[in-house]
Amino acid sequence: MIKKLRGVFSSGGAALITSGMIGMCVCGMPVNAYASDAVGKEEEQSVTLRISNWEEYIDLGGWDEEDVIDLDSGDIIGERSMIQDFEEWYYENYGIRVKVEYSTFGTNEDLYNMLTLGDTYDLVCPSEYMIMKLMTEDQLVPLSEDFFDTADENNYYINGVSPYIRSVFENNEIQGRPWSDYAAGYMWGITGIVYNPALVEEKDASSWRILNDPAYHRQITIKDNVRDSYFAAVGAIKSELLTSEEFLKSPDYQERLENEMNDTSKETIDRVQEYLQDVKDNAYSFETDSGKADMVTGKVAANYQWSGDAVYTMDQADEDDFPLAFAVPQESTNIYFDGWVMLKNGVGEDTAKQHAAEAFMNFTSRADNVIRNMYYIGYTSVISGGGDMRIFEYADWCYGAEEGEEDVSEYDLGYFFAGNDAEEEKDRYVITAPSDQVYRQLFAQYPSQEAILRSALMVCFDDEQNQAINQMWINVRCYNIHDIPVWVWGAAGAAAALLAVFGGRKLLKAAGR
Amino acid sequence: MYRHLFSRKNLGIPYVLFLALFVMAPLFVLFYYAFTNGEGEFTVLNLTGFFTDPNTLGTLCYSFGIASVTTAVCLLMAYPVAYVLATSKLRSKSVILMLFVMPMWINFSLRITALKEILTWIEGSLAYHPFLNTVLGMSYDFLPFMILPIYTTISKLDDALLEAARDLGAGNIQAFLKVTLPLSMPGIVSGVSMVFLPAMTNYVVLDMLYNSTYIMGSLIGSYFAAYNWHGGSMIALILLGIVCLFTLFTRGIEEENTRGGMLL
Repeated sequence: MIKKLRGVFSSGGAALITSGMIGMCVCGMPVNAYASDAVGKEEEQSVTLRISNWEEYIDLGGWDEEDVIDLDSGDIIGERSMIQDFEEWYYENYGIRVKVEYSTFGTNEDLYNMLTLGDTYDLVCPSEYMIMKLMTEDQLVPLSEDFFDTADENNYYINGVSPYIRSVFENNEIQGRPWSDYAAGYMWGITGIVYNPALVEEKDASSWRILNDPAYHRQITIKDNVRDSYFAAVGAIKSELLTSEEFLKSPDYQERLENEMNDTSKETIDRVQEYLQDVKDNAYSFETDSGKADMVTGKVAANYQWSGDAVYTMDQADEDDFPLAFAVPQESTNIYFDGWVMLKNGVGEDTAKQHAAEAFMNFTSRADNVIRNMYYIGYTSVISGGGDMRIFEYADWCYGAEEGEEDVSEYDLGYFFAGNDAEEEKDRYVITAPSDQVYRQLFAQYPSQEAILRSALMVCFDDEQNQAINQMWINVRCYNIHDIPVWVWGAAGAAAALLAVFGGRKLLKAAGR
Repeated sequence: MYRHLFSRKNLGIPYVLFLALFVMAPLFVLFYYAFTNGEGEFTVLNLTGFFTDPNTLGTLCYSFGIASVTTAVCLLMAYPVAYVLATSKLRSKSVILMLFVMPMWINFSLRITALKEILTWIEGSLAYHPFLNTVLGMSYDFLPFMILPIYTTISKLDDALLEAARDLGAGNIQAFLKVTLPLSMPGIVSGVSMVFLPAMTNYVVLDMLYNSTYIMGSLIGSYFAAYNWHGGSMIALILLGIVCLFTLFTRGIEEENTRGGMLL
């Protein structure tokens, strides 16, 4: 059985308490600084680091006893906020006080608008397409050479990042420079459908075409997000091509897939609009954040989700003994990466800041911290641990079968943990899991290699493409004035006439008097 | 010395500062963006674009429809309640009034979440009647804003006027139509403006009650999410224009009524 269970309410309360603690800690800072000032000026160096991250995207500590992760290699627990832990760790290691000003953002677009408005941050964590946009606009500071020094044992990122993720970050380029020059990965995942197996068949959930399938009329919610909707719609309208034998077997499959999924020709956009209008009439609704809760309470039968949220949703539903499952559409799935980047208008030339920022990326990449974050937020870290086996151990602890369990399957994670080179090491990374896990949390947390093969990145569209796609989205979401029925015009006209007559008479009367 | 410092005029300074900083300054920014394009040049395309696009016009109509129906529902529910409460001789009427106002003490999203559960229980699925649900949600939310002003106006009415009407031979219905209703108009007008305007833009209710169609508020949001600050600002400005027109119009009615009241 799954050991990983966490209550929403306990975590919410914990978050409140810890944020209070952070507040107190920040207030206490100047006093500390003052005290050390008396001792000697040299030790009193301090750096302020302004970080902006997604909401609920880092461990804020305050775990209960029952939350302890009891790995064979030792217990892991989040007692305090990871930000606080970092400040302490940095002081212990480098003798410099760092003060983190931590804030959050809701969407990549919000973050971008904040930056445009002149908010300065040193370190932010946008998704890959926003990283690409910021790189194109030359807003980022490249990572230093020291960050890639594998000899430094505090460089947890470069020593621990999954070889698969590393190759993605090195092979994707913007204007001739790979992502890895500027960005250190944080979390990653794919998109798919969380569904209730009692109501939805797996083969239906394994296609984007489920979204406008009349068999599930008014039973599916979809993310209220233009990029995700666009991706799903392209997958659905090109379903036949994408699942054809000829296409799957083509030698440049990966490249063709990415081109097809990022197709923004006028013809495709028009078809996408038509499809999404269909979806709007067929689906339960677009949702901004009720999707997870509605799956758990059974209001809807399926929900278009990011894999990290899917894990969280299934965990929550398991608490009520309400099994849900996760499917990755056969056509293609959108693979996404959130990563840390340093901003020119924050870090700039300040080497002390840059050092602290890079240390923060490393600290959050330390195996125990990776586990704390994954446990707390449900998403999957890009870190596989390198020589440190604890992250794999954690995956096994979460999803591995109990001894004596009969219905089990082997689930191979070699591609993520071992990479492509170490042939003999690969079988170390096989989890023996209960069979249902192959299409449940384990599958969402660490998608199978087969699912990864049909994943496609969604690139950063240029202004013209964005404009066309956003217009399409507005066309889908707005009420077209031509659709207003005649009787409504009639009723409105009658009401206006009535008002005019009534008002006019009163005014005349008043004037007459 | 001290008298100068605390003269009545000076008491207004904090408010003026607040107004200048948080109302006037952003308004200028809004104007700037609304009438410029991406290159910072002056343009009226944002304005003409709004009035030629069937989607934005449709959204305006849809918001208007939701707001009108919500206002009508609120008015129809609130007036009888306010009237009965204000004219009754019940000793417990302040308690009853409090019962109607009490929902306002509870957080708004919590109330809508509760309503969502109740509606789901009644309708089975909220997906089939998005317009109806939105109107119900907004009416539930804004009802106290309609009851309070009407109640206050009616309870302040001079009973002597009604007695005079009866003395002069008016029946109950006639007295209500000729005296109470016209004199409670200021309450109705302020109630209507307190319900109608927020109902045009409160897209959170739509989001929470699964209405996927945009209203003015969500439309502005979508422009900003698409980095189109200019178009978004223009829509906000147009909305502001509508608010101004509406206020002028209601003030006209109010003035006309007070004059009418004096003549009575």
